[in-house]
Amino acid sequence: MLIIDHLTLQLPYYADGYATWWKRRWATCLDAFSLTLSPGEVHAVVGASGAGKSLLAYAIMGLLPIPARLNGQLYYQGKPLDASRQRQLRGREMALIPQSLSALDPLVRTQRQVAWAAQRAGQPSAHAWRSSQQALDHYQLDTRAQQAYAHELSGGMARRVLTAMAHVSQAKLVIADEPSVGLDPLQRQRVLAALRELADQGKMVMLITHDLRHALPIADHVTIMRDGKRVETALATAFQGSGASLTSAYSQALWLALPDNAFATTTVSRREQETNVA
Amino acid sequence: MLNAHRLSFRFSPDTPMLEDVSLTLEAGQWLGLSGDSGAGKSTLGKLLAGYLAPQAGAVTLDGAALPKSGMQPVQWLPQSPELAVNPRWRVGKILREAWTPSDAQCQAFGVQPSWLSRLPQSLSGGELQRVCVLRALAPEVRFLVADEISTMLDPITQLELWQALKREAEQRQLGVLVISHDSALLERLCPKCYHLRDGQLTLI
Repeated sequence: MLIIDHLTLQLPYYADGYATWWKRRWATCLDAFSLTLSPGEVHAVVGASGAGKSLLAYAIMGLLPIPARLNGQLYYQGKPLDASRQRQLRGREMALIPQSLSALDPLVRTQRQVAWAAQRAGQPSAHAWRSSQQALDHYQLDTRAQQAYAHELSGGMARRVLTAMAHVSQAKLVIADEPSVGLDPLQRQRVLAALRELADQGKMVMLITHDLRHALPIADHVTIMRDGKRVETALATAFQGSGASLTSAYSQALWLALPDNAFATTTVSRREQETNVA
Repeated sequence: MLNAHRLSFRFSPDTPMLEDVSLTLEAGQWLGLSGDSGAGKSTLGKLLAGYLAPQAGAVTLDGAALPKSGMQPVQWLPQSPELAVNPRWRVGKILREAWTPSDAQCQAFGVQPSWLSRLPQSLSGGELQRVCVLRALAPEVRFLVADEISTMLDPITQLELWQALKREAEQRQLGVLVISHDSALLERLCPKCYHLRDGQLTLI
């Protein structure tokens, strides 16, 4: 169980683009954000770009840049999740599937890379090699892909390698940051199905995405995020028809703006940019 | 009228990308193009905008070849705006590189005056995409190739971008080729859609 309790995150920025400390201001990126993630569920965190979704993942993993100011509480399995515990659990109990494919080491072959993830999670090296093999087979990566370097993989394959690394570490909490961006429908289906499967094995899966439509079929709960705040947490089943069972106007607007629904704006969406700049 | 006549293109001699593809885009027409990744959608878009030269066939604009220099009347809008801007230029300079949009046009595309003094990496992907779309709408431009421009946008931002583009295109009779994976989106935007498979176009 992961509990995020009123998490507030501020990052420094500089009014004219130059990093001089006397011109430093603080931008609030997460604003009293709360969320509970239980084992066996896929919890989708959906929001526009710039809503602070990725920063939420970094805050949980303890990967924020040094000058960040963090307030509020994180609890993992009932105990507070502080910096030292984050360092201890990272890559073992908690795994992040990063957004950027540049997270793969360009100088080693796929299987070595996955075996490293297994070793970092505490498996002896012979065992790690075997389990990396199993994980890669499981995600339908053939021998050629297993022997390939990162630049030789397609976007969908690289995503599955990253998912295999999270899988092999036996992490209980998996955070996937925009795993389906830039993939064609078949590849996206595979990557999302892999996440659903992790949840069905009793793991906690947080799916961070802007793609509400494709998150819905695999998600149990959906949290809509906007400007660092939680707008609403709803069951995935609430997103249907005209969105009448959604409580907030913004989530309704988000739902109705989809091309397969009304594809029309409602009043709330217009003032988005103004609030962003302030 | 933008016309592609029997285009063939291959990156290497033994793998044909496009074979004998013909396509016509009228002024004011919205045309959709879908296909699996690697089918050659972007290649076709780049051929139409003159970024690539076909090995056989020709792209013509009102019967004449595309101009060799100057502002191109066919503009290609790429998927990743971060890669389409100079990271050392401020947004104002990027936006006004080709032409100077009016305040009303900036507002229609939701480009805020406060962005102009910022560097592109301080804008979000959706914000930067709107800057790039507006940049491509110089008065000389008559056709747009929108290559997956709203893939990384949330539904609301996506909708706003298309609404602004639709209004602008109607006013100026812009012809737009929309390339996307998203069949629901294409259905909404384009009365006529093509599917690209194995180097061949089929009408859906």
